[in-house]
Amino acid sequence: MYSEKVMEHFRNPRNVGEIENADGVGEVGNPVCGDMMTFYIKVENGVITDVKFKTFGCGAAIAVSSMVSEMAKGKTIEEALKITNEQVAKELGGLPPNKMHCSNLGADALHAAIRDYLRRRQLKDTGCRCPYCDQPLTGEETVCQPCQTKINFCPHCGKPLPRNTTICPECGGKT
Amino acid sequence: MKSVYFDHANSTPVLPEAIAAMHPYLNRHFGNPSSLHRFGDPPRQAIEQARNQVSRLINAAPESIIFTSSATESNNLALKGLAFAHQNRGRHIIVSAIEHISILEQTRTLKRSGFDVTTLKVDQWGRVDPQKLRETIRPDTILVSVMHANYEIGTIQPVEQLAAICRERGVLFHSDGTAAVGRIPVDVTRLEVDAYTFSAQSVYGPKGAAVLYLKPGIRINPLIEGGFQEKGRRAGTENVAAIAGMGRAAEITGEHLSGWRENMNRLSRRLYQELPARVERIIFTGHPIDRLPGVVSMCIEFVEGEALLLSLDDAGIAAASGSACTARTLKASHVLLALGIDHAVAQSSLLLTLGKDNTDEDIDYFLDRLPSIVSRLRSISPLYARYLRGENPYACKTGQNHQHEEN
Repeated sequence: MYSEKVMEHFRNPRNVGEIENADGVGEVGNPVCGDMMTFYIKVENGVITDVKFKTFGCGAAIAVSSMVSEMAKGKTIEEALKITNEQVAKELGGLPPNKMHCSNLGADALHAAIRDYLRRRQLKDTGCRCPYCDQPLTGEETVCQPCQTKINFCPHCGKPLPRNTTICPECGGKT
Repeated sequence: MKSVYFDHANSTPVLPEAIAAMHPYLNRHFGNPSSLHRFGDPPRQAIEQARNQVSRLINAAPESIIFTSSATESNNLALKGLAFAHQNRGRHIIVSAIEHISILEQTRTLKRSGFDVTTLKVDQWGRVDPQKLRETIRPDTILVSVMHANYEIGTIQPVEQLAAICRERGVLFHSDGTAAVGRIPVDVTRLEVDAYTFSAQSVYGPKGAAVLYLKPGIRINPLIEGGFQEKGRRAGTENVAAIAGMGRAAEITGEHLSGWRENMNRLSRRLYQELPARVERIIFTGHPIDRLPGVVSMCIEFVEGEALLLSLDDAGIAAASGSACTARTLKASHVLLALGIDHAVAQSSLLLTLGKDNTDEDIDYFLDRLPSIVSRLRSISPLYARYLRGENPYACKTGQNHQHEEN
């Protein structure tokens, strides 16, 4: 049913695992859909230096994840964003028609990880951090995404406020 | 490499005796059973002999046997044939939620033709509640179809009770016995069903032949018209060789069933006892007691079924799965979902259907190979990583796309 290349990547997938302190994490699909992929990337000077993934899914999904991880490694983020589902399927020597959606998930997961990286970088520049978990914030959210804590901002200086404070620790204004 | 076959639900090896019984009708006895001249005699006799052999296996009268090409055809003949023949009495039909697709798909056509179809829910073990059936039957109900046993989960239905309820209410009762025949003794006279399906493959016969048992005196509309074969109930020149093979296979199955059954029961018991010690987080599906010998159905959590089948195949082990990724439709098995099993868990389905020839060595080999296959796939699985971290493995994080949900 599958090409030799698909089976080879399924049997010996490259870059399986997780990266601690990854610069970007992308998760697509969900267990209910059948397939779920999580991609982790490390970026240095705009170049993807390391990629790892974990995949719950069929043979095609695992092979696609492996292939995408190989294709992305060493590319600039601009180049990696241009990786298409068709390219992945082609590199694998083709996929059965009803398995094409698996290759879509592969590129999607990589792109989600890159977008996560870009978002984080943008956040770092604002210098605004969650008072509970110290992760960067945009200053616009009402809930901190990493720790899921509700955030209140100082009405005077716009900085995030710790829980149950009446005085902003940044500007001393009354909340 | 060792080769282990645990997929008898999909195909069974053909008995050598059945192949021998087929040969003459592919060679010198090529005549048409409907011919008047002497070339028609041997094939005609072969079909009548097969009719006798098959009817003995299920304790039926020979004239109640209609030969068809497949269990799917028998199911079509039963449902559509009986519905259309008896529609003057009413147009309501009841089927169970876990019927084979050859029953379920027809209900759409029947609905388009003006029939009303009720799908009976099953409990967590996949059993139809007789009381629920009693409550679902209406004055205009004409036909009920509930399978004798289900291949995907192994559960045996209380067919005798269900048939009795239908008889009481003057409703026809059909049962699909494709999975049951060849695994448990079947006596249609004792079950008192009106119609009963099974195939040559149920009894280690060739593909291309099957049976619809129809209690004598019940009218049925043919699906295929244009000839007097099978008393006009199934037109078309008979597949003589396959029918002869099925007859012989049915005869041998009748002789050996108790021994085969014992062997399959013993081997499946081993799997139930030894698997949980080798692989954690296995959920067995189907009824724990009222189940077919040799059908071992489970979900191995955090591992997707198709990936599991590919890996097992690499080790020479043939099995099946109800996972969406293995189905051409990309839908998880309707049977597993009908039991109330979560979509995500149904994705990790593994189905082993043993046969008469499986041995203790097959079980040893499977038990030896499965743990490393599962642990490799789990090492790739983000669900297993979540489980190890103590998180809910099946949580859907907010903001994720659900575009594949309909797949």
